Amino acid sequence: MLATNKDSFIWWDWVGRHGDEIQQATIEHLQLTLIAVGAGFSLSLMFSAVALRWRATYAPIAGVAGLLYTIPSLALFAFLLPITGFNTLTSAIGLTSYTLAIFIRNIVEGVDSVAPEVLAAADGMGYGRVRRLMTVELPLAAPAIVAALRIATVTTVGLVTVTGLIGQGGYGSFINSGLSRSFSTEIVVGGGLSVVMAIALDILLVGIERATTPWTRVRRAARA
Amino acid sequence: MSITSEFVTYVTTSEHWNGERGILHRAIEHLRLSGIAVVAAAAIALPVAIWLGHGRRGGFAAQSVVNVGRAVPSLAILALLFPLSLRYGFGLGFWPTLVALVILAVPPMFTNAYTAIRSVDPFVVEASRGMGMRPFEVVTRVEVPNGLALILTGVRIATLQVIATATLGAYVGFNGLGSFINEGFRQQDNGKLLTGAVAVALIALLVDVAFGAVVRRATPWRKLDLQVSTKGLQP
Repeated sequence: MLATNKDSFIWWDWVGRHGDEIQQATIEHLQLTLIAVGAGFSLSLMFSAVALRWRATYAPIAGVAGLLYTIPSLALFAFLLPITGFNTLTSAIGLTSYTLAIFIRNIVEGVDSVAPEVLAAADGMGYGRVRRLMTVELPLAAPAIVAALRIATVTTVGLVTVTGLIGQGGYGSFINSGLSRSFSTEIVVGGGLSVVMAIALDILLVGIERATTPWTRVRRAARA
Repeated sequence: MSITSEFVTYVTTSEHWNGERGILHRAIEHLRLSGIAVVAAAAIALPVAIWLGHGRRGGFAAQSVVNVGRAVPSLAILALLFPLSLRYGFGLGFWPTLVALVILAVPPMFTNAYTAIRSVDPFVVEASRGMGMRPFEVVTRVEVPNGLALILTGVRIATLQVIATATLGAYVGFNGLGSFINEGFRQQDNGKLLTGAVAVALIALLVDVAFGAVVRRATPWRKLDLQVSTKGLQP
């Protein structure tokens, strides 16, 4: 049997017999991605609000997020393992911390790029600071924020595979097991499905972007 | 024993620093492989990117490269090269890791260098032509210096990704710093695990800081630019 496996890169028989496991891994992979992107986005909104209100805090906030982003993923998971143990929490914390740098920079820069006349108009209409941020600045920064969502989501899908190396689920567990058994089918399945998920989520986000920011299309049409 | 003391005990034991499986050897191997990969990727990506950017062609290709590059997880590339390498007799460790690192380092270098050259002010390029510069001189004396900061940013991003992925190389038999993490995890040895984590993180951060310094020295005029532009933004 091993000889046959080594002859071809993908053994469709194996794929057929492991449908349940593939489904389970898909759910786990998707869950971890959504948790990390969701938590990262919420935290980043808070940090960005602080950075926008008190400009002096932007450099240190962006600095710490950048520092976390620089630490290689496997090393970050290895730091967390002895503290939080072999569970989803370890993966979720590590994955979340990678999204912060992407989100915070894009949210702050997106809000900064809102035209000053628009802000003056909102102020003139008696908008308070919070209301102006929520109903004027964030919606106008939506393209930059969705761009960050796309980058963060696609990056996270890829990083979730690394958590397979520390015994977590998702497609990475196929890659891990394929590597330790020198069985390429599992590697192809794990890696391939991860790419498919990244592309599918990216397309979904592009669709959401178009649906939620119709004015960007109008402007583009007007320019053309 | 607390995690910190396990780590301190591991790092302060001299046997852990020496030999084939010691910290020094693995750190040097890690840096050597990363260095080779970055140089090889730069040799492939930069000339093509600069040439395409100079001709102002291939914008769509540049965007596609970065999108595809981001969607393919580094672990998947590394893992897929492992059976290929075994089949074609390149063995474990060095070769599959090196090829994976080069593949991963090309997209960020290519895209940043392409964008850098492409976004050089066309009037500046036109002026240099008007001064009688040949195309090669326009590239080397005008476009590359003007785009240098962005080109180096691409190299920096690629280098950090290379260092991170070289860590994953431990799982295809590469004897670098990731091996401490792999072994520490399998042997339930927190001291070893943390030694790998700290060493890899330190190297990544030091390389990042060093790169920042190089970019600043290589492009002294940017400091001037920045001062002018921030002054303009003050209300």
